[in-house]
Amino acid sequence: MSALELARWQFGITTVYHFLFVPLTIGLAFLVAGFQTAWVRTDNPRYLRLTRFYGELFLINFALGVVTGIVQEFQFGMNWSAYSRFVGDIFGAPLAIEGLLAFFLESTFLGLWIFGWDRLPKRVHLATIWIAAIGTVLSAFFILAANAWMQHPVGYQLNASVGRAEQTDFLAVLTNPVAVITFPHTIVAAFLTAGAFVAGVALWRLWRHPDLDADAFRTAARVGAWTVLVAALLVLVTGDQQAKVMTNVQPMKMAAAEALYQTEQPASFSIFTIGSLDGRTELFSLRIPNVLSFLATGSLDGKVEGINDLQAGYQATYGPGDYVPYVPLTYWSFRLMIGMGALAALGAVWILWAVRRRGLPIGRWVMAVAVILPLLPLAANSLGWLFTEMGRQPWLVFGLMQTSAGVSPTTSAAEVLISVVGFTLLYGALAAVEVGLLFRRIRAGLPETPAAGAGDEVDRPVAFSY
Amino acid sequence: MELTTIWFALIAILWIGYFVLEGFDFGVGILLPFLGRGDRERRALINTIGPVWDGNEVWVLVAGGATFAAFPEWYATLFSGFYLALFLILVALIVRGVAFEFRSKRPDPAWRSRWDLAIFGGSLLPAFLWGVAFANIVQGVPIDARHQFTGDLFTLLNPYGLLGGLTLLALFLTHGAVFLALKTTGDLRRRANAWAGRLGLAAAVVAVLFLAWTQTIRGGPASLALSVVAAVALVGALLANRVGREGWAFVGSAVTIAVAVASLFVGLFPNVMPSTLDVAYGLTTTNAASTPYTLTIMTWVAVVFTPLVLIYQGWTYWVFRRRVAVEQIPADEGY
Repeated sequence: MSALELARWQFGITTVYHFLFVPLTIGLAFLVAGFQTAWVRTDNPRYLRLTRFYGELFLINFALGVVTGIVQEFQFGMNWSAYSRFVGDIFGAPLAIEGLLAFFLESTFLGLWIFGWDRLPKRVHLATIWIAAIGTVLSAFFILAANAWMQHPVGYQLNASVGRAEQTDFLAVLTNPVAVITFPHTIVAAFLTAGAFVAGVALWRLWRHPDLDADAFRTAARVGAWTVLVAALLVLVTGDQQAKVMTNVQPMKMAAAEALYQTEQPASFSIFTIGSLDGRTELFSLRIPNVLSFLATGSLDGKVEGINDLQAGYQATYGPGDYVPYVPLTYWSFRLMIGMGALAALGAVWILWAVRRRGLPIGRWVMAVAVILPLLPLAANSLGWLFTEMGRQPWLVFGLMQTSAGVSPTTSAAEVLISVVGFTLLYGALAAVEVGLLFRRIRAGLPETPAAGAGDEVDRPVAFSY
Repeated sequence: MELTTIWFALIAILWIGYFVLEGFDFGVGILLPFLGRGDRERRALINTIGPVWDGNEVWVLVAGGATFAAFPEWYATLFSGFYLALFLILVALIVRGVAFEFRSKRPDPAWRSRWDLAIFGGSLLPAFLWGVAFANIVQGVPIDARHQFTGDLFTLLNPYGLLGGLTLLALFLTHGAVFLALKTTGDLRRRANAWAGRLGLAAAVVAVLFLAWTQTIRGGPASLALSVVAAVALVGALLANRVGREGWAFVGSAVTIAVAVASLFVGLFPNVMPSTLDVAYGLTTTNAASTPYTLTIMTWVAVVFTPLVLIYQGWTYWVFRRRVAVEQIPADEGY
């Protein structure tokens, strides 16, 4: 494999892996903050125990999110130095701002939260987790603004003499229509992810230990399930808006999502299509009329451009070349993303029904639901990013730079291979450790609330210590 | 002052902040297996940096991001050029960060000693490699007309680079031991104090050698003056440590690192990555910089938010200002 292919694999592997932890971190920060707020307001120990239980699960997850994020910050320069030179004037700013505004907030205030249980007044301590949670959302905004610029470059001009894109309008970069709609879509998806996790864990506890803290876990199951349902609705609304923006600024991605080769008016939505292996011909397709028109344009008989027309148009604009993404991947990742999200919502409905009026979930398959439910949004998130990034190909920055032109020219394939293999092995091992720890923590159940004010302050054990 | 100069200074400050802050938690990590007798002592040591190490580490992320934003050519050449060194640093930082969080989650001694090893190696490797990297930046590396680094990992492992690595390592070890003497109690505190004295002498020897060598490569009156200040601060730190004034010793070791790193940046300016192939190929604050428009925006962002960060990070140190006693570490838990 060439350095280019290896660099692409590395970006794919490290980014998908990193993004398993990110949405869980964002959503769980808020849900844990919510439990703690409930405790501070009601003084009911049940909420304190839920805060600590889910808080520890949150921290196990957060640790991996943080450390894998460092790689993200560095690998643009390591593997994609030509890209970094070309876009640094624009792309670097949101990254730096993300660090300064968000990473400092998250890390500092989580440190205060973890170690501050007996050092800070109750309400100040509560504020620390909320501030950390806000930090995670700020972080998401700036990195999505950076990504949105790759999907739809705005607020720049090309400087041919130095061969780079230069920023002319910072506000335009931050209010990029793609960023403005991708941001809420990502945040609500994060809530969906965390809700499914909270509900799945609670369901497992209720099934395994129906007589232990059932009331508390029923509360958690409800909180999680309602979070999933509300978030799923909002994911749908924002996703729909996002599709319309995408049709405007990246029509090829929309066409590739649908494997729509010929321009159609009105366009039908395919639920299931089998194409030839190269993805260029359709063999069988199950379709709903007019739905794609509505999804892409907001009107039932809107015109949706097909891949072939778009390819011809791009050749006229950008010169000869292949401007079509790998259609089987865009087509299936788009569908499966939606399908997984919908399944998670169904699971949440079932959980609400199962725990209604002090009910307990019974049956062997309950465990399967408990394990699968949290995985569904994780899969949907990954598929969504695969779709977004693969649907942009062959471009690295849409219309300005192709992926093959962005790779570090002097970094050897051997060097990239070492890092791909190294990171993959390390990440695999850490995933096993993390899952093992999560299960251990879940099996141990709700922690007891610590006896307050035992001993002199100096001798008192450090709460939540490493 | 020119915007590019301001940003050179800001990036220098970010690296100085990173080395002063993460420097002591690297030191604590490396000293962990030597200074901590038994699990409770080790937990006490880790808990001295527990609330702050992650915030300290963000400094390097912001330094990286700021270099990307303000000097994209520098970021691209440095990160793609020092590829394997950075890969090793990243692996080390990942393993180390996870180790802090996961170590105490299980009572199993084998589990804990494995993570101790991870904390040790994950602290040692970056402490040394950052030194190697900075020494090479100052010395200059083979960079061609297209601003591409043409060497490999072994290009960096030259005598001067290795001495730079040893210097930073020794300074961080001293800084870490001084910090532990400041943050622990009883026997642990006495042992940390003794280690600080011994390590500080070693650090003084390599640091003086390194800074003198640096002076012959890329020195001026200003960097010479700063090197002298760094040496004086280190001597001051050792004297304060000797008489048990741990707060002052810590100030001394922090100033030593800050001023020593500052002297490297001052010597480097206005270069950011000189080339050994041809002076004209080197990267400078001018030919590596972003546009004045971007630098202006970034300046405003930095002016507004950096003080805020300093205030709340400072507050964290205030909240956790108390010493950590071994007796405070709760009896064993884990799931």
